[in-house]
Amino acid sequence: MTQSQEEIFNTVATLVGNFNTRGIEINKETKFTADLDLDSLAVMDLLAEIEDHFDITVPLNILPDLENVGQVADAVAKIVNE
Amino acid sequence: MTTSLFDKFDTILNNFSQLPEGDGNPFTVSMEKVISQTEAVINGRHTVLAGTNNYMGMTFNQDCISAAHAALDEQGTGTTGSRVLNGTYSSHNALEETLKEFYGTEHAMVFSTGYQANLGVIATLAGPKDYILIDADSHASIYDGCAMGNATVIRFRHNDAADLDKKLKRLDPDAGKLVVVEGIYSMLGDQAPLAELAAISKKHSAAILVDEAHSIGVFGATGRGVAQEQGVEDQIDFIVGTFSKSVGTIGGYCVSNHPKFEVLRLVCRPYMFTASLPPSVVASAQTALKIIVENNQLREQIITNSIQLNKGLDQVGFDMGTTGKSPIAAIKIESKETAIAFWGEMLKEGVYVNLALPPATPQNLNLLRCSLSAAHTSAQIDFMLQKFKLVGERLGVLPAADASGMPLSCEAEETNQSQQVSDVSAATG
Repeated sequence: MTQSQEEIFNTVATLVGNFNTRGIEINKETKFTADLDLDSLAVMDLLAEIEDHFDITVPLNILPDLENVGQVADAVAKIVNE
Repeated sequence: MTTSLFDKFDTILNNFSQLPEGDGNPFTVSMEKVISQTEAVINGRHTVLAGTNNYMGMTFNQDCISAAHAALDEQGTGTTGSRVLNGTYSSHNALEETLKEFYGTEHAMVFSTGYQANLGVIATLAGPKDYILIDADSHASIYDGCAMGNATVIRFRHNDAADLDKKLKRLDPDAGKLVVVEGIYSMLGDQAPLAELAAISKKHSAAILVDEAHSIGVFGATGRGVAQEQGVEDQIDFIVGTFSKSVGTIGGYCVSNHPKFEVLRLVCRPYMFTASLPPSVVASAQTALKIIVENNQLREQIITNSIQLNKGLDQVGFDMGTTGKSPIAAIKIESKETAIAFWGEMLKEGVYVNLALPPATPQNLNLLRCSLSAAHTSAQIDFMLQKFKLVGERLGVLPAADASGMPLSCEAEETNQSQQVSDVSAATG
């Protein structure tokens, strides 16, 4: 069963919420380092939550390309709908 | 305007600049004079060292020093060359023989640092179509080994065999797979459940590598580490370790029974493209390994010491990160600012500990971390405990000793100076 990009983004945004210590609004442009103040380890922990939720594996190799929430949602969508 | 190459470090520089200046800065400590395995002069003050990973106290072992002296006199200050060119002396081969005897393995390879051993073995073993699965709490050298190689890297939850199983199951059954874990994790001293992790690895035809950096010397009947302690050595494919902790010098190694292991000498770049260990280092490492095998009392002493410190810290009411089952004692401090202040006050009181902050720590913890040595005396540990209690009460981490105790208000304000300190992490690995 495929999930829409929008559904996946909404789920990812909810999971990001647990790491949103600054209480800012989460949108596709929200950056992990600059906006959410997450260090590299926190981003990996967030990714682990996302992996568990969608029951997928996200290789660490793609991390350097994931700067904002929208990019993570796109990467998840690609893996989920493969 | 052109971007400066250094612009990307502005956040880190900004955080660093907010740390206390001078003596209170946890990342600019200088040992002015080293007195022994457990004492030094820092900031002009006689200081007890409680965070040096000098587990067996080998740095001042007389036999190790004598062996190093002799090698220095006979073979000179350095080899000036790679192991595959002019940098293999008979002493390097002898050290590898000693390692093979120590572990009972067919093969042993010595690297110039433990960091390079992980970098080299991990990056080389797993190639472009292979997979590396690493524990989430792995040391930076393991992450860097992954970054240097071309394999697909997957992170599984810390010490979670079920998560490893789930992640291995999703992979191509025919692909090459390497699972990487540590025997003891340096921050909280917890052991990997090697039997489970090895069984899951075998089930999916994955090789398993265990980094025993913090466990060599300390665990197992002859000090081989956690794999020996747990009785699972025959299920481990590669063991990596370091000479820079229990062995008291510098250097790294990998041991294995894999029939093709020796080819690594021809393909492993961090082995080939660097100078080999100086002869004096080789000699002291070899001597220390022989001492470690024979000295069970050192292993007993370090755990006795660790229990004394862990129990004492627990009894006065600190939030413990460790249990005393490893040579690590760590207390959790709620705020980063208090942790930094705590560290500085301990140093002023004459005790050096490690300040460990995220992302060098798991679970976003701010830790004051001690590593015990078999060379610590009970009196030194009492001294540490006395100072931990004193500073804990002074900073309000512990309830004040009594109503007429230290005035808390002005001390507490001091700790507010440094806000927003992040990403400057203690390197204790």
